[in-house]
Amino acid sequence: MPGRRHIFSVLVENKFGVLARVAGLFSGRGFNIDSLSVAETEDPNTSQMTIVTHGNDEAIIEQIEKQLNRLIEVIRIKDITKENHVEREMILVKLAVDTSKRGEVLQIVDIFRARTIDVASESLTIEITGDENKLGAVIDMLKPYGIRELVRTGKVAIMRSSGK
Amino acid sequence: MLMRGADLLIESLKHEDVEYIFGVQGGAAMPIFDALYEAKGIQLIPMRHEQGAAHAADGYARATGKVGVALATSGPGATNLVTGIATAHMDSIPMVAITGQVPTQLIGNDAFQECDVLGVTRPICKHSYLIKDSSEVPEVVAEAFHIASTGKPGPVVIDFAKDAQFAESELHYPEQVNLRSYNPTTEGHPRQIAKAAELIKDAKRPMIYAGGGVVLSEASEELRKLAINTHIPTTVTLMGLGAFPETHELAMEMPGMHGSCCANYAFTDADLVVAIGARFDDRVTGKLDAFSPKSQKVHIDIDPSCIGKNVWVDVPIVGDAKNVLRELNKRVDRKTDIDPWLRQIDDWKTKYPFEYRQKGDKIMPQYVIEEIYNLYSDAMVTADVGQHQMWAAQYFKFTEPRQWLNSGGLGTMGFSMPAMIGAQIGRPDKTQVNINGDGSFIMTIQELVPAVSMKLPLKIFIINNMYLGMVRQWQELFFNKRYAAVDYHDNPDFAKLAEAFGATGIRVEKIEDVRPALERAKEIEDGPVVIDFIVEEEENVFPIVPGGQGLGDLIRNEEEASKGLNGWIRGLA
Repeated sequence: MPGRRHIFSVLVENKFGVLARVAGLFSGRGFNIDSLSVAETEDPNTSQMTIVTHGNDEAIIEQIEKQLNRLIEVIRIKDITKENHVEREMILVKLAVDTSKRGEVLQIVDIFRARTIDVASESLTIEITGDENKLGAVIDMLKPYGIRELVRTGKVAIMRSSGK
Repeated sequence: MLMRGADLLIESLKHEDVEYIFGVQGGAAMPIFDALYEAKGIQLIPMRHEQGAAHAADGYARATGKVGVALATSGPGATNLVTGIATAHMDSIPMVAITGQVPTQLIGNDAFQECDVLGVTRPICKHSYLIKDSSEVPEVVAEAFHIASTGKPGPVVIDFAKDAQFAESELHYPEQVNLRSYNPTTEGHPRQIAKAAELIKDAKRPMIYAGGGVVLSEASEELRKLAINTHIPTTVTLMGLGAFPETHELAMEMPGMHGSCCANYAFTDADLVVAIGARFDDRVTGKLDAFSPKSQKVHIDIDPSCIGKNVWVDVPIVGDAKNVLRELNKRVDRKTDIDPWLRQIDDWKTKYPFEYRQKGDKIMPQYVIEEIYNLYSDAMVTADVGQHQMWAAQYFKFTEPRQWLNSGGLGTMGFSMPAMIGAQIGRPDKTQVNINGDGSFIMTIQELVPAVSMKLPLKIFIINNMYLGMVRQWQELFFNKRYAAVDYHDNPDFAKLAEAFGATGIRVEKIEDVRPALERAKEIEDGPVVIDFIVEEEENVFPIVPGGQGLGDLIRNEEEASKGLNGWIRGLA
C-alpha cells in the first residue's frame, strides 16, 4: 500500500451523523480509509474513533487533520503516528481444521498467545490480538490450514504515558 | 407555555432577531408556514423557487451581515435549496436553511417527497440538524445561529420532521450556547503578529492581498488603516471588493485570472504578501509554482484549514481579521523605504489600466458598466456570473464593504436577482443595482414575480451579448471557435418579458440610448425595471491569465491575444 501510514485518534460527540461527517471528509477528497473503529468512551457523551489512512503528501494529511478539526462535533484530534504510542487490533479467524490438524494449530495458538474460542469437528475459531506485525505473522502461519472466514476489528491506538 | 414545534421554531427565530424568512410553501413545511401566518415581528417573503429563496436569504446576509433564513419543504423543496446552500458555503455566508421533513415514522421509507436532506447537504454546509422531537427546537436554533454567524461563517441546515412541527413542548430558550467542540480562535497570537510586523518593517516590495474575510469580519476600517498608515499597495479579491476603496491611490484593483495587470505583476515581483481573509484561490494564484515566487507570506485567517492549503505561508496568524489587524496596526509605521516599488506600481497602473476598444457603432459592454458607475456609484451592486461579472468588477469602482455582492466561490449563475431581493429587503435605504447576463438572468427569472408584488425598486441591467459569453470566450481562445451550446440568440425579448411580469422593460440597442435609459431607471420607484442592453456579441474579457499559467503570463489585451495562443495549455482549469 503506497504512502506513509497515519493513525488519527479522534474524540467526537456521541451523536448520530458524526461518523458520516467524518467518513464524508475522506470520501469527498478521494481518500480511502484503511480501517476505522469507533465506540463510546468512559463518558457516554463522547466516542473515540481510530482512523487509519495513508498518504505520501504530508500537506494533504495536514489538510485532513485540519478539516476534521473543523467539524463541529469533533472535540479533539491527534495524528498519533507522530507520537510514542501502542496500537492493537483483534482478529477472529475460522479455520477449516479437523481433528487431524488441530494439535498443530493449537501449538501456533499457544506460541502467539492467541485463544481458541470455538471448536467444532470440522472447524476451529481463534481470537488473536496484537499489532500489525504479529497479526501478519499469525495469518501467514494459519493460511496453509485453510482460512474459512476472517474478521478484524480495525486498529485502536493510545499514546504511551510520558515516561516512554 | 406549551406550543407546537412550528411555533417554537418561530419564537426561537425571534430570539435570534430574525425579521425575514425567504421561503416557498409545501406539504412537509405547512405547520411552519401556518405558524408564520399571523406571527408578529417576523415576516415571510414568499419566493417562487426554493433556489431563489436560498439566494435571497444569502443576499440579505451579504447586504446586512446578519444571518439570512431560507425555508422550504421536504424532498424537491430541499433539493432546490441545495445550489443556494452550496453558494453560501463557498463564500462563507451566514445562513440558516430550514426544511420540512416527512413525519418521523416515515423517514427512510421512501415516503412521498422524502429526501435525506442531511445526507445531501453534508458536504456543502457548516453543520446540520435533524429535529425529531419538538423540545429540541430552541437549543437547535440557538446552536445553528451561533455556528452560522461565528468563526468562519457558513450555512447551517435544520431539517424538521413534520410530526415534531405539530408536537407541543415548552419554550426554554438557552441564554447562551456552549459547544465544547467548537471554539474558533478569534485573537491572533501576539508573537505571530509581532513577526508579521517585523516582516512589514523589513520589506522592500510589500503588498496587501485582502479578501472576503475582511468584509465578513467588518474589518474594512482596520484594513484601510493598515494600508494607508504603512503606505503599502493593496489588492482586493473579487469577494472583498469595496473593503478597500478602489479609488484610492494605493489600490491596485482585483488580482487573478481577470484581474489588473498591476496586481498580478505585483504578486510576481513582491517580496512580502500580507494576505488577510483571502484563501489563495486558484482563480487568484494561477499556476501555483509560479505564484509570487519571491515573496514571504503572512496569512491572517480565522480558518486554520485555509492557511497553508495552497501556498506555503511563512507567518500564519489564526484569528479574526478585525482583531488581528487592530493589533498589527499598533506595531507598524509608515514605510519610507519603498519609493522605487511604489513608482513601479504606479507605472504598471498607468501603462496597463483596464481598457477596451470601441467596435463600430455597437454598444460595448464595458461602456454600459462605466455609465452604470457614473450614475449609480453609491448603489449596492449584485452581479451574476460570467463576463458581465468580470466587467462589473473591473469597471465599477467599489468604495464600501458590502457594496458588491456576487457568487465568487461557487460561481452560481442565477444568483444575483434573487440575492438582490434579499439585499433590498435588508437594506431598503440603498439603491439596488443588478448587473446580469442574458444567460444568468433567465436561470432565476421567476423571482421577478415577488419583486413586482412587493413593488421593490430594483434596477436590473442585462448585458445581453446573446451568448453564454464567458464560455464562448474560452471557446474562441482555446477551442478553435467551436461554439458548442453557447448560442443564446433564441432568448426571448427580455424587455417585453419584464412587462409581462408587471415590471418596466426597456430595450437599448444604440449607444446614445444607454445613458438616458439608465437615467429613466432612476426615476422608477414603484417596482423593478429591467433594461436589456444589446451589446457587442463577441467582446472578450481582458486581461486573462489562461488556465494553468502563471500570473506573469497574462494576456493583457486583444492585440496580444490575436498574436496567437500557441503554447498555452488548453482548457486547464
